[in-house]
Amino acid sequence: MISLSEYLVVGALLFVISVAGIFINRKNLLILLMCIELMLLAVNINFVAFSHFLGDVTGQVFVFFVLTVAAAEAAIGLAILIVLFRNRRSIDVDDLDSLKG
Amino acid sequence: MSFEKFLFYLFALIAVAAALMVITRRNPVHSALFLVVVFFNVAGLWMLAEAEFLAISLVLVYVGAVMVLFLFVIMMLDVDLAALRAGFIKHLPVGILVAAVMLVEMVAVLGPSNFGLARFPAPEPAPADYNNTAELGLSLFTEHLYALEIAAVILLVAMIAAIGLTLRKRPGTKRQVVSHQHRVRKRDRLKVIKMPAEEK
Repeated sequence: MISLSEYLVVGALLFVISVAGIFINRKNLLILLMCIELMLLAVNINFVAFSHFLGDVTGQVFVFFVLTVAAAEAAIGLAILIVLFRNRRSIDVDDLDSLKG
Repeated sequence: MSFEKFLFYLFALIAVAAALMVITRRNPVHSALFLVVVFFNVAGLWMLAEAEFLAISLVLVYVGAVMVLFLFVIMMLDVDLAALRAGFIKHLPVGILVAAVMLVEMVAVLGPSNFGLARFPAPEPAPADYNNTAELGLSLFTEHLYALEIAAVILLVAMIAAIGLTLRKRPGTKRQVVSHQHRVRKRDRLKVIKMPAEEK
């Protein structure tokens, strides 16, 4: 039988991969957004696994809301990315320094 | 090893391998496509955990909508990929170090000693007439109705924000202004000219 810790370790693996992705792709805003999506997915795996093993459907309801917020975040993030590219012709994070003060 | 366990390891292995490809590919299009692979395999894992509705909606919402949005944006932007790759090697050691530390910590907590089958026995398989979608809907529309409505408002706000952010007025484009069309009177457009009849 599949144990709860196996689900949790898969979630942890995906989570640390996306953290490493944020570190090594810190210039490319597109990959950063994809890593955030991957991170939310890793968290959702934990919710689903606990919902299954505790026999409570509330965990799945929470995944539903996380999916909603993640979709909204992706839409707004990509819209900001497009506006940024239109104004600066670049999506390099290092170029975003106009609020330096 | 049971067939279920074999499927679990297959899905988990492909998901992790594809996630590694997502963060190491040079081309963002390839990254997005590998992210699709990750979503598919995680949907398989959720099927094994008897979360059928969420597995299907993950494929429909993420693969069908969000990743297509990502691909559209990647292909619309004309980015200089070489400049964005600079620093990849420089940040690689610290990235791997942070990931390894986090992984060791998480596995120490989440490992079989705390969350193994002894502590959390595997639940009985759901009976044949169990309907995951109905259970989820029942909980969603009774217990969590308020949260559901907030989620709906969040989606509406996101939609309006995305349209409002990317909308731009280009000079020289021709567009319909309905109020101007309504305000037009006959004398603005039509001119009756008196002239004598001419012989041909």
